Amino acid sequence: MRSYLTRAGAAAVLALALLAPSEAFAAASINKGDTAWMLVSTLLVILMTIPGLALFYGGLVRSKNVLSVLMQVFFCFAMIAVLWFVYGYSVAFTNGSPFFGGLSKAMLAGVDPATMAATFSKETYLPEFAYIIFQLTFAAITPALIVGAFAERMKFSAVVIFLVIWFTFSYLPMAHMVWWWAGPDAYTLSAENLEAVKAAVGDAAAQDFLARLAAAADDTAKATVLADYASAVNASNGWLFNWGALDFAGGAVVHINAGIAGLVAALVVGKRVGFGREPMAPHNLVLTMVGASLLWVGWFGFNAGSNLEANGLAGLAFFNTIVATAAAAIAWTVGEWMFRGHPSLLGAVSGAVAGLVAITPACGWVGPSGGLIIGLAAGFICLWAVVWLKAKLGYDDALDAFGVHGVGGIVGALLTGVFVNPALGGVGVTDYLATDTSTKVADYVFSTQMTAQLVAVLTAIVLSGVVSFIALMVAKVTVGLRPSEQDERQGLDITDHGERAYN
Amino acid sequence: MKYIIAIIKPHKLEEVREALGAIGIQGITVTEVRGHGRQRGHTEFYRGAEYAVSFVPKLKLELAVEDTLTERTVEAIQTAANTGQIGDGKIFVIPLEFAVRVRTGETGPAAL
Repeated sequence: MRSYLTRAGAAAVLALALLAPSEAFAAASINKGDTAWMLVSTLLVILMTIPGLALFYGGLVRSKNVLSVLMQVFFCFAMIAVLWFVYGYSVAFTNGSPFFGGLSKAMLAGVDPATMAATFSKETYLPEFAYIIFQLTFAAITPALIVGAFAERMKFSAVVIFLVIWFTFSYLPMAHMVWWWAGPDAYTLSAENLEAVKAAVGDAAAQDFLARLAAAADDTAKATVLADYASAVNASNGWLFNWGALDFAGGAVVHINAGIAGLVAALVVGKRVGFGREPMAPHNLVLTMVGASLLWVGWFGFNAGSNLEANGLAGLAFFNTIVATAAAAIAWTVGEWMFRGHPSLLGAVSGAVAGLVAITPACGWVGPSGGLIIGLAAGFICLWAVVWLKAKLGYDDALDAFGVHGVGGIVGALLTGVFVNPALGGVGVTDYLATDTSTKVADYVFSTQMTAQLVAVLTAIVLSGVVSFIALMVAKVTVGLRPSEQDERQGLDITDHGERAYN
Repeated sequence: MKYIIAIIKPHKLEEVREALGAIGIQGITVTEVRGHGRQRGHTEFYRGAEYAVSFVPKLKLELAVEDTLTERTVEAIQTAANTGQIGDGKIFVIPLEFAVRVRTGETGPAAL
């Protein structure tokens, strides 16, 4: 989903085409096939959250808390949808600093059915609305993932405060840092491409660069101007994007980000009353299986949709989303069978989710063999994290938001840097500036790539860790984090929401 | 008259019902219950969590019989519910003072 937007409206494109017919920019167009695919992908990602994630989590809690979890996920979706419109989209996907966007598109100012968003191919655009709503679904599911960590013991009011602050100061900056860039067409410095140039560097600078280019006497001078221009465009890109961190569909932005928030929340909120002494078995694993399956199906929109275009790369991402997930489900099952004696359904579906998480950053960069290995690794490592690491450290990550999303996300982000290598079947580092992005690739250098991946992982850990802690403290001093012990024992369904799931 | 209470493994219900039917027992009440004897429950795993489930699902059978049928009834239940494994259950027999058939008002053995 890595992405960029341009303000180049259809009218502007047309005007330029008439004034100075340029094959390049005049060809900028919206493909109906791409648009249809993105709208379908958007629906699939919505399905992941409501009801997919809600049911997955709902089945895992005790029957007295099932509605509280469903409500937290459902309400989170609604709340983020509105915030995305009000300021979220603008902060994540407009120029600002490399860390945070601006408010120029707050309330979607200037967006109409004719405005366009760039894809990864030159001269290929999406209707901006399609892009906005696709991104909305990512923003909505991410805070909802955290709910699993503090399930069964956090007051609804505290959940709302925590999630709003976290979304604003952790999700939006991460999305901006990883995915915001000027887009492929912005790098073409020419009079015909004036609109995109202006959008990238501003009106005055655009005129200045064009004047310098016109004045350049020879090729060397031109190259200097073009290099200066590229640096100027890069200056407004996201910080991690410029590092070259690869995150196809949101490993760092969504999963590590949410997973770390989950870990911090589990530690700060504290353990459930009776944790470790009383049985807290899942109350309905049938719901959990239905939810996990909806997650898997929806994830095809999440991963393959992140390609923004309906092409072969979307097909690759789609395939990886099958093979890695299947491998992880098998890995977790086999691991559990060997070490715990039973191949449990909960183990298989947990493995599948771990595989989905791990393949998320990798799905469009690695080949199917890389995907298979990433899936197997995620299945075993997340099983270890959930069974042994959690027990060893003693935190109560109720539904394993950290164990699956945090750990799986880190595994995926790092292995993406390994298996993107063309020598290992990966697609290599794509140069979006090439006209045909399917063939031209930059050289892959292991140390460079792994450094970038590591920087992205650490950024997500530090940012999300700090923001989560502060957000929880704000919730604590305003409304308090937890219900009374008696209310918690009675169950949040009755005490927080005044209703029961099963009557 | 005797009142017989039997705790058995749930999957043995059908065999016990057949055995009781074979000796002419007509009425029986079954309740799903949880409990433990010397078996002390079992262990369940959910991801990392291991729970000792100390109360195991069982069925409680209740029936009232004439004194003459008591021994055969107990024997029928004991034979049919037996697996030889720990946790097969218990049978309790207690004296029954009085019985009434609600529909007709009959009392005593005629009410059974």
